[in-house]
Amino acid sequence: MTLVTISDMSVKRAGNTVLHNVNLTIIPGEIITLVGPNGSGKSTLLRSVIGALKPAHGTIVKRPGLRIGYVPQRLQIDPTLPLTVRRFLSLPTRVSDDTACAALRQAGADDLTLRQMTDLSGGQFQRVLLARALLNTPELLILDEATQGLDQPGSAAFYRQIEEVRRTLGCAILMVSHELHVVMAASDRVICLNGHICCEGAPEHVASAPEYRALFGTGTQGALALYRHEHNHSHDHGCDHDHTPDHEVAE
Amino acid sequence: MTLLDDFFVRAALAGLGVALAAAPLGCFVVWRRMAYFGEATAHASILGVALALAFSMSIFTGALAVALIMASTVSTLSGRGYAMDTLLGVMAHSALAFGLVAVSFLSGVRIDLMAYLFGDILAVTRGDLAVIWGGATLVLLLLWWRWPALLTATVNPDLAHAAGLDPRREQMALTLSLALVVAVAIQVVGALLITALLIIPAAAARPFAATPERMAIIAALMGGVSALGGLQVSFAFDTPTGPTIVSFATVLFALSSLTRFLRGASAGQRF
Repeated sequence: MTLVTISDMSVKRAGNTVLHNVNLTIIPGEIITLVGPNGSGKSTLLRSVIGALKPAHGTIVKRPGLRIGYVPQRLQIDPTLPLTVRRFLSLPTRVSDDTACAALRQAGADDLTLRQMTDLSGGQFQRVLLARALLNTPELLILDEATQGLDQPGSAAFYRQIEEVRRTLGCAILMVSHELHVVMAASDRVICLNGHICCEGAPEHVASAPEYRALFGTGTQGALALYRHEHNHSHDHGCDHDHTPDHEVAE
Repeated sequence: MTLLDDFFVRAALAGLGVALAAAPLGCFVVWRRMAYFGEATAHASILGVALALAFSMSIFTGALAVALIMASTVSTLSGRGYAMDTLLGVMAHSALAFGLVAVSFLSGVRIDLMAYLFGDILAVTRGDLAVIWGGATLVLLLLWWRWPALLTATVNPDLAHAAGLDPRREQMALTLSLALVVAVAIQVVGALLITALLIIPAAAARPFAATPERMAIIAALMGGVSALGGLQVSFAFDTPTGPTIVSFATVLFALSSLTRFLRGASAGQRF
């Protein structure tokens, strides 16, 4: 049973066709990473899946009653809006304290309950967004450049948290990675997008695909593997430059 | 003596009604950075007043209709090639200008016009009171009903979409509330000062609130205190009432900012 089936979809924004001929199915439990240059329609595709944009052509069929958790790009909360983490989790539907605590723990954001959203660090903020997306135990978790603005160890820690979540919840994950070098090693499928789907497949397959190289050049071919390197040996390089320790992200 | 009491009580009730509805709505105006939007809607209502006087309709109906048209036109046109503030600048001032020109064609209403620009709270009748409290209640009910959805859409439209809500519908609810508040407030503080009544109490409430709900309640309190306090002061010193109410609210804002500054200095806490 597929969670989402997108057939022959085109999406227009302000009269311009941003996406065309997109065909994509998402099955339970798989991790799909979208890569592509700026303006290639990555966010447009995600926003179509959550229903914020209507396709100009083609269809998006979601399994009835599909629970979606959505983590937006780092969102700006106006400093004039007082909002505790706890209150934020109850938007728009009130959740019990137990549910809120469980979601925060799952997202690695315990102890933030009473903090103001505007006082959180970048890493903490993304974890709270993740916690909010986990409240309804989603079957599909959608992340839109969730690590934008986080430093390398920060992104790595965040991706590890996502893998952890996937292990416990078994949800499918559809995410955008703007930083090509941090495509998650655990991705089942990488989709390279540039107005349409250029190529897709396992991370290694996409990295060596001619379409991918045409878009990003051969220089980034090795970059896809870089994240794995970072992931496995992030702190034992023994190099003398300033190394941001992991706890900075988790503080 | 009873007569004096009577108009004073009516004025107090009118000010209170407008302030109580305007303050929570004002919180959304502040959070969503819609101050100029409120201003434009308020200025446009002068055109509504002129039309109402010309066709001898009720001022409330005329102001409400034009405010609604204005607000929904701007909502629809924004994002179609014009920046929001350019669009608002054109609409707000042209509607005000057209309104003032239109009023000049009507004979014998020059004195009235001042009343609609700056408000004439002391001339509030029992009928006006019913309209003001009716409108205020409607606005508060609308906000109460849409509160969770409105708040989600304010934090982020895509979060609202993902939760199955339609941010455009929430925008419409706010637009409608704004038009209603403008229409009922035009007699109390006048078209030029309505935005102040929306924004100042909300801004003054911000340092004392940890959640959106508390900010709305404190803003309503600040608004109510400003309305009553301003009325007292204007009565004591024989100053124009609408501007005095706004000045009173501004003093509260200054005190609140001072409190924040002092507290921030001692506790290292920011906004």
